Amino acid sequence: MSPRVYRTLKIGAEITVPFLMLLAWWLYTVQRDDPKFPRPTTIVAEVRNRFFFAEFDLHVVPSLERIGLGFAIAVGLGVAIGIPLGLSRIGRSAAMPHIEYWRAIPPPALLPISIILLHSIGNTQKVSFIAFFCIFPVLLNTIDGVRAIEPTLIDTARSFRIPAHERIRRIVFPAALPQIFAGMRTSLALAVIMMVLSEYFASTSGVGYVLLISKNTFQFLPMWAAIVLIGVLGYLLNALFLLVERHVLAWHRGWRAATPR
Amino acid sequence: MVSIAVPVLSVVAALGLWELISQTGVISQRDLPAMSTTVQALWEMVQTGTFWKALGETVRGWAIGLGLAAALAVPIGVALGSSDFAASAFRVPIEFLRPIPSAALIPLLFLTLGTTLKSEIFLATFGAFWPLLVQTMYGVRDIDPVAVDTARSFQLTRNERLFRVTVPSALPYIMTGVRISSTVALILAFTAELFMGTPGLGQRLNYVETFGLNDQIYALALATGFLGVAIHFAVSAVERRVLRWHPSQRKTSTT
Amino acid sequence: MLEIKNLSKTYGTGATATHAVGNVSFSIEEGEFVCVVGPSGCGKTTLLKCIAGLLRPSAGEVLLRGGRVTGPPEQMALVFQEYSRSLMPWMSVRNNVLLPLRHKKLSRAERRSLVEDALRAVGLVGFMDRYPWQLSGGMQQRVAIARALAYQPQILLMDEPFASVDAQTRGDLEDLVLQVRDEFGITILFVTHDIDESVYLSDRVVALTHAPTEVKEVIPVALPKPRDQIATKELAEFARLRAHVYRLIKREQDIEDVERPVPVSGTSV
Repeated sequence: MSPRVYRTLKIGAEITVPFLMLLAWWLYTVQRDDPKFPRPTTIVAEVRNRFFFAEFDLHVVPSLERIGLGFAIAVGLGVAIGIPLGLSRIGRSAAMPHIEYWRAIPPPALLPISIILLHSIGNTQKVSFIAFFCIFPVLLNTIDGVRAIEPTLIDTARSFRIPAHERIRRIVFPAALPQIFAGMRTSLALAVIMMVLSEYFASTSGVGYVLLISKNTFQFLPMWAAIVLIGVLGYLLNALFLLVERHVLAWHRGWRAATPR
Repeated sequence: MVSIAVPVLSVVAALGLWELISQTGVISQRDLPAMSTTVQALWEMVQTGTFWKALGETVRGWAIGLGLAAALAVPIGVALGSSDFAASAFRVPIEFLRPIPSAALIPLLFLTLGTTLKSEIFLATFGAFWPLLVQTMYGVRDIDPVAVDTARSFQLTRNERLFRVTVPSALPYIMTGVRISSTVALILAFTAELFMGTPGLGQRLNYVETFGLNDQIYALALATGFLGVAIHFAVSAVERRVLRWHPSQRKTSTT
Repeated sequence: MLEIKNLSKTYGTGATATHAVGNVSFSIEEGEFVCVVGPSGCGKTTLLKCIAGLLRPSAGEVLLRGGRVTGPPEQMALVFQEYSRSLMPWMSVRNNVLLPLRHKKLSRAERRSLVEDALRAVGLVGFMDRYPWQLSGGMQQRVAIARALAYQPQILLMDEPFASVDAQTRGDLEDLVLQVRDEFGITILFVTHDIDESVYLSDRVVALTHAPTEVKEVIPVALPKPRDQIATKELAEFARLRAHVYRLIKREQDIEDVERPVPVSGTSV
């Protein structure tokens, strides 16, 4: 088979396979004719009607705010703590038992505690919950990234007597950035999940809350609409993140391509 | 000797701080039971049969979820990873289904399958499937072409190549996938219990939370944390053992 | 100007200790070009790092204009062998050269002119806004040299800087270093394993023994200046010096090979 034919077939498959899967889903719902499994077209209509824009401010915005704020805090803290820990063996040794414990605990186990400690189910509680668990991927990747920095880079900086704070700002941080971004990507996906969990557990607004309400009132259509919206949200946030990463880390791609390892 | 002193001291200091914060009322004892109170509650809890039964149920949900996910993800991952054509064809569906947080499926499962073990397992399996699938695919695609050519030149059959070259080469990635999936499976099993009421530690937490028994809420959270750590250690140990013969190609990842 | 007195460096303790540097003493006068040659694995890089203040010696001292070196001194600049690992890949050539100047008390205009002068001296003014990895190996090393020059050191330490560069480019870079030395009047300590290079470049050659390394012999090089890749290397004196150094090093290399067989590649240390 010539490469050209192969490539055409491949592109054809890339289009038809998803299309066929959507078709299968649609046919299944039509055949089953069950309010529990509405047709994809109905779901999309519901997403549009409900979330864009009737209840946009009520649900989509708070959810996005919580994700955004939680993620931002998690990244800030994760990097701020991760860099010193990456540079200090004693710091790492002291912090490791705590890190190992808090990253292993299933986050939902702390949902009741977060409500008790913060006396509310409002934004503070949600953002705190999201931020707390989203710190770990960023933190661990920052530590890894800092530890993996080429020693010659540090020797170079030291030989030119670059002061410590400048070293961290201009060398350690950029050198670890590719790894930090890998952690941020995981953290972002985690933020979406944490948002859903915290809103589903107890909330008065948000997409997760819609899930909760529709469960309590046995309404399937809003539930499916929320599921689809959450999936799309996760996908879009990830795509947006990759776009940013591509721009910020352009130097890294070029460097990896040019440098034999 | 110095190396173990630091982490131990760190933990002791943290526990001491907890006790101090609570006993002095910086955070009220109702909101944050003292460390001693919590440990006491935990101690009492582990003496009861209900606790261990619940623990076993959670472990069961995790194990079956992870096992099923692996049984599905690894073969499919190998198949998709080996075929450039298949990988392309299914790229879009995977990219769209992957990011769906399994947590979002909880109400759906609640209303369709009900609060049974089946729901819990479905949730855990669905969540644990994707990371393992993706990692397996990466691992298979990342195979050294020289190794493959060598196998071919020695006239190994397709199956032999698969089991003696492809899978072993992809093993580091697969094991990383297992580690990630294990974490996901535990979270989802627990989540199912907490939100749907399937039997397990999560259900116990829901119960004590409803009755506002703060001591036990904290004790259960503490215990669940230890379970998570234990499972993480166990899976990491298995990973090390399985990869013992494998030259470490990949840098150790702490994620 | 630079005095190295009884320098020694040992890694680790007890039975598994590695004696990298045994007892090294020599000195460098102002404006001299001194090459340090030794067999592979004899501890040249360790020695250089001790001199540069990046490593603390186990014994002995380094005196720069009479003052003890306890950390990287301000009057010293370093050029490493692995240029791809010493140039920051996220910075342009210009910013790489600028980096050491940022913490110096200079005006922005002064910094800019230092950077431009240095890049002009190495012939890379037109590449200021490129990234290092977009340049060839030889050009990257020239950026590293420019960076060291912009720093305005009084003494330049170079650790096998042309070892990772192809042979033809090496000749160009050698001449570049000589040119830079004449233009800026700096003292240069140049570590290499290339014997021809060591004789070609230097005023004196310090030949080292195998590990734990000591100074075997210091050979003055009285070849005429300016040096030329063809003319100088045709001289009988060049051949004589070269052969002399070669014999010294070869003898040490044979001992080194017997005592410390090359490890089979595997896990990196």
